[in-house]
Amino acid sequence: MALLQIAEPGQSTNPHEHKLAIGIDLGTTNSLVASVRSGQANVLPDAQGRYHLPSVVHYGANRTIDVGFDAKANAENDPENTIVSVKRFLGRGLKDINETYGKLPYTFVEKENTVNLLTSQGEKNPIQVSAEILYVLKTQAEQTLGGDLMGAVITVPAHFDDAQRQGTKDAAQLAGIKVLRLINEPTAAAVAYGLDSGQEGIVAIYDLGGGTFDISILRLNKGVFEVLSTGGDTALGGDDFDGKIVQRILANAGVTEELSAKSLRKLADLGRKIKEQLSDVDSVDFNIDIESQQLTGSFSKADFEAVIADLVKATLRSCRRALKDADVEKEQILEVVMVGGSTRVPYVREQVKAFFGKEPLTSIDPDQVVAIGASIQADLLVGNKPDSDMLLLDVTPLSLGLETMGGLVEKVIPRNTTIPVARAQEFTTYKDGQTMMAIHVLQGERELVDDCRSLARFVLKGIPPLTAGIAVIRVTFNIDADGLLSVTALEKSTGVESSIQVKPSYGLEQNEIADMITASMTNAKEDIQARMLREQQIDAVRMMEALETAMTEDNAIVLDEERVVIEQAIEQLKQATQGIDGQAIKQAIKNLDDTSQPFAARRMENSIKRALTGHSVDKV
Amino acid sequence: MAISLTDAAADRVRTFLENRGKGLGLRLGVKTTGCSGLAYVLEFVDELQEGDTVFEHQDVKVIIDAKSLVYLDGTQLDFVKNGLNEGFEFTNPNQKDECGCGESFTV
Repeated sequence: MALLQIAEPGQSTNPHEHKLAIGIDLGTTNSLVASVRSGQANVLPDAQGRYHLPSVVHYGANRTIDVGFDAKANAENDPENTIVSVKRFLGRGLKDINETYGKLPYTFVEKENTVNLLTSQGEKNPIQVSAEILYVLKTQAEQTLGGDLMGAVITVPAHFDDAQRQGTKDAAQLAGIKVLRLINEPTAAAVAYGLDSGQEGIVAIYDLGGGTFDISILRLNKGVFEVLSTGGDTALGGDDFDGKIVQRILANAGVTEELSAKSLRKLADLGRKIKEQLSDVDSVDFNIDIESQQLTGSFSKADFEAVIADLVKATLRSCRRALKDADVEKEQILEVVMVGGSTRVPYVREQVKAFFGKEPLTSIDPDQVVAIGASIQADLLVGNKPDSDMLLLDVTPLSLGLETMGGLVEKVIPRNTTIPVARAQEFTTYKDGQTMMAIHVLQGERELVDDCRSLARFVLKGIPPLTAGIAVIRVTFNIDADGLLSVTALEKSTGVESSIQVKPSYGLEQNEIADMITASMTNAKEDIQARMLREQQIDAVRMMEALETAMTEDNAIVLDEERVVIEQAIEQLKQATQGIDGQAIKQAIKNLDDTSQPFAARRMENSIKRALTGHSVDKV
Repeated sequence: MAISLTDAAADRVRTFLENRGKGLGLRLGVKTTGCSGLAYVLEFVDELQEGDTVFEHQDVKVIIDAKSLVYLDGTQLDFVKNGLNEGFEFTNPNQKDECGCGESFTV
């Protein structure tokens, strides 16, 4: 007979209709799947009782695909066909990958929007590789929960951009998983500790994994998690701690010669074992054979702390910077959440505690906390806990907007707006008889198009030819709960519509989002000046064009001496427009406006006369 | 009339209630549904309903409404592991037949 779980009061489901949902932490090194059963969130172990699945996929010569531990075993013999840490390539272009990671054992094939990895089974997209990992987790969860899944919440780093989020979502779809929502990893960790219920304030999530360090400052406000800032180091983690131990052992033993790959691996294992044991004991004895040498000795906790002190200090520097970016004082931090296996090291905990002046939260396994938070959110989203007040909302990481005349960005959805959201703004044509409008969607905080990131372009055709400024084009930005954007443009009088689902071509570089936000602050003054200059230039051109058209149309009523003055003023304005002095342009515009005033008044009178001719007074 | 819990089931229920942080006990019941007519109900209890009977087993309260009790009398609730899957299992002497999946039954 089927095995049952305990439901919340009144929430028992009918047979075959159990609302099964999972949370997935799709990690760079390891991935985990968790679920809420009988009201309790737990990571689901595999048949061997292992709680994590290495994020490794091996494409074998005989068309086999291994995932996890089996795949990892192949990393040494068949590195080209063993894809390790594929998350790094998701939603990224070849240029980004080469710049960030340098030499990798893979053969990359550049594609229009992404890269493929050439394996013995042909080209594989990073999305396909991620899907293999997700598929294994999904199958394992279905076996454990005894039924089909309603859906999953998958976590992504807070700094992931639209392309990387879309890639994650596509991978899930490929694996046959319905994505209930993507949530940020630090948000999931905060949810696991229940920080979202009934509290308001700022929390810091300190995430030190095997190879990366992330610090996120979040603000909780009425169930909304705002990411105030993120920071970190993509090349600093627990593996570096192991490396430091090995360096010290080799230095003490006076080993200077080049070591074989095999010896290096042996030493790396030793380093990790020593690190792990030093969490519980004060000193570890070791005895290892390398290259016909025997190294013996003991490594103490004090030695360990001495060699990693600089690395830990580097993480705290990132914390300080993140606090500064978020404009938050240490004292304002309500809680510090520890995530990632390396936060088990007692020295790391001590230093983080000393830095924030607060005992960090460590009661949940730091390797599992993200998956657990995701599963709690998934359980909620499928409706297993209807009277919960925990409504988790996410926010947009960067502002989204449109290009307007002169290379300016008009923000439609500002940064940190809670999603899902739809915002519309009305635009008009710039020239008489304009029948098309190019819509250019941008992401970023700066004022000029060149400084923001281009997400998509499309053209709205079939606008009825009207005088400039008459047609009304309504542009709607719609962001769904996963942070994915679609943009629709609609001309109101004809109902002509055009839209695009934004799938940006390249991922932002790792720290680019953070850089873009800081740049918008540091460049705020220049940006506003640049914006003002462009606006004046656009006004000037528009005014000159309009005046010239009017003077040709109503040539007869322009007085001769008037013509000279107006043409002089136009010439002045033209020259001012070439320069970069916004104030001078403004002055020249005013001057032209003043000199052409009498002509404009006469023109107006004439057209009213024309309009009224032949109409009786009572009809006016 | 009696309902019993195995030690494994009682331990689990106690842990789940502790982790949940509230709740009087565990409700067992049946409802009419499913491919074979009846299905088991297993829920946390926050407040008692009229006509509920409360059994106590190793400090764990098991609560059953009057109608369900007729179908559940003599039932033992166990907590079992079956491969990767784990959960509660009803052993009900009143049960005559069950559907292929075992999620619903007839008496």
